[in-house]
Amino acid sequence: MKHTLRQVFHSSKFLVGFIIFLLILLTIWIYPFFNPGNPLEMIGVGTFARPGSYVSLYDALNTSTETLRLADADDKRLDKLLSDTDRISMLDWFDSAGVDVGDLDIEDTDTLLDLWFANYSSDLKPAGMTNAKRNYYKRLNNSLMQVRAADTLTITDVDEATGDPVTKGTVTKTDYVNIGQVANVKRLPLGTDNFGRDVLKELVSATGTSIIIGLIAGVVATLIGLTLGLLAGYVGGLADDIIMFITNIFTVIPSFVLLILISYSIGQEQRGASVVAIVIGFTSWTWTARSVRSQVISLRNRDHVNLSKLSGHSLVRIIATDILPYIASYVVMAFILQVSSGILSEAQLSLLGLGPKTTVTPTLGLMMNWAMLYSAHTNGSWWAYFPVILTITLISFSLNLMNTGLDQVFNPTLRD
Amino acid sequence: MKGYRKYFGKKILWFLLTLVAAVILNFILPRLMPADPVAAITGKMASGMTDASAVQEVYKRYEAEFGTNKPLFQQFLIFVKNLFRGVLGTSFSQYPRKVSDIISSAIGWTIGLQLPAILVGWLLGNILGALAAYIRKGFDKVLLPVALFLSNVPAFGMAVTLLVIFAVNLKIAPVSGGYAFDLLPSVSWKFFQSVISHYQLPFWSVVLVSIGGQAIGMRSMSIYELNADYVKYARFLGIKDRKIVGYVFRNAMLPQVTGLALSIGTMIGGALVAEIIFSYPGLGSTMYSAVTAADYPLISATTLIITVMVLIVTFLLDIIYGFIDPRVKAAQFDV
Repeated sequence: MKHTLRQVFHSSKFLVGFIIFLLILLTIWIYPFFNPGNPLEMIGVGTFARPGSYVSLYDALNTSTETLRLADADDKRLDKLLSDTDRISMLDWFDSAGVDVGDLDIEDTDTLLDLWFANYSSDLKPAGMTNAKRNYYKRLNNSLMQVRAADTLTITDVDEATGDPVTKGTVTKTDYVNIGQVANVKRLPLGTDNFGRDVLKELVSATGTSIIIGLIAGVVATLIGLTLGLLAGYVGGLADDIIMFITNIFTVIPSFVLLILISYSIGQEQRGASVVAIVIGFTSWTWTARSVRSQVISLRNRDHVNLSKLSGHSLVRIIATDILPYIASYVVMAFILQVSSGILSEAQLSLLGLGPKTTVTPTLGLMMNWAMLYSAHTNGSWWAYFPVILTITLISFSLNLMNTGLDQVFNPTLRD
Repeated sequence: MKGYRKYFGKKILWFLLTLVAAVILNFILPRLMPADPVAAITGKMASGMTDASAVQEVYKRYEAEFGTNKPLFQQFLIFVKNLFRGVLGTSFSQYPRKVSDIISSAIGWTIGLQLPAILVGWLLGNILGALAAYIRKGFDKVLLPVALFLSNVPAFGMAVTLLVIFAVNLKIAPVSGGYAFDLLPSVSWKFFQSVISHYQLPFWSVVLVSIGGQAIGMRSMSIYELNADYVKYARFLGIKDRKIVGYVFRNAMLPQVTGLALSIGTMIGGALVAEIIFSYPGLGSTMYSAVTAADYPLISATTLIITVMVLIVTFLLDIIYGFIDPRVKAAQFDV
């Protein structure tokens, strides 16, 4: 046993897979300590807030400021203010106003603005330009002027008695606050999803649930497959015929279809995460049953098994001591594959709308389903679905890598 | 030929048995559940109705339509009789369209997309896997991890990734559907072009996902065969490397055909979900809309059709295998 383990951990493939999987497990365990609370809490009111650090504007205004004179502050402001469409629109204006700009690079903010202020005039009415478009240019011009001017913003409050505005303070362009001193700064490394939930927190919790679903499915499938395979292989005869008949039928009927039928029949209310996991396990045992059976048949007439039989050992004891240790490596390998395919099955079921009940726990499939329902993929909210795909891929990659590593240890012909 | 007849006879018998089992499962699984399906459907249909006798009326009508007021065995006979006549009932969500109409308009899209995609993926995967086994060294070192990673990307994940890169960001492919929304299916060059451009992304997402797994399988089979005794013997005899490699890959291919037969069900399951991402007008999207609308007759029919499709493909692969595997051939002629 000790020797086998050492050999297994010597395989670089197994080791890499094992480390990736361990890191995922560690994250699931440790992350909630840093960011506790309900992963399904809807913190955002809008949908799909971008990833980043969110600073409370209210608290920032009430935080003491430092004056920093930065040479490139205005340029940065302009860069943020001018989107690519704005820049292209400005070019359009030059075009229709008949201003020759030559080879102007629209990324060159300085030249662009110099040209703009030199030539723009709100009185000009270029031919063919709609009123709405002209108003857009007016607004653009105004906001550009504002950045250029050395303005201070005045914060006012309303006097409750008279209703008059009362000046509370001013903010100048050179005022800075230290982010560490602002009372409320929320870091959302993966933004929020369509319900305004913290995606990273949800993802960590969903990964945990999905791995548990995979494990339950794997255990159920392995137990059924192992029992049937042992019975068919060792007992043989009629039991073998019946079991193989059933197994052959279930190998060909796609388990995906069975999953859909069963999940649909169970109904949304009864479908918790563990029910879905058990159903997945019930539909994916055929591989294990087949491979265990063929292994057992080749073991059945070995000398040590016959010796055991002659010594009058019971069936259970023969199976436990003379057969199981020989097929253990196959069973473990099959189990690993069942776990990874169980996670995938859950995701596919959820995408069809047949996943676990939606209000209790997040799973990777449900997150994917929500992101697709709210078309995160077409509105550019990559943080809502891409981390999910990557997580599913990484879990399944690490498990398969471990499996390949084990395969190479136990099948020496495959070794590099 | 007599031996073949026996082999094929056995395969046909298995095919029919599995078909019967599939039909029974399709019939019995939804009916095994403790909840009364008709009551559930009536509940959905009659939500908002206040008149109790009207609800009762709706319940009676559905009970008669599904025949749930008859004993289970009689229901099954009616179910099978209707199946033979191609009657699959009426869809709830697309009333009054017949389920068979909906299925027949979707099935062509699914077969046209998935069969070529899975075959191309299988072929490319096998070629890459064989090359990796033969060349080893650098190529193998790069290919194996990449193939392992690719084969673990779920089909829907690959679909979303391709969609976002090529359709949403680069805008060189359409975002969804099987053809442009302003066209009607017709035999014209414009329609054909539209179908082809909509075909690319779903096709490649299925191909890319299936390449990885096939390449890994072929690689290990080839390595196994390359180390076999007959190869060493052939080398001692001085047979040319090129000739040996031909034999090796032919032998390594055979388990890959069985592997394809065994994994086709899983692959189609993944590819059906990928269809949903692209709103491709095939069976996957049909099933999705049926599930969201709780359209029971449509769900039942789609699952049955998919099962039958998988059964037929598996059966055909078994037949092909019988022809190309010399061991099966020999076994049949020995008898």
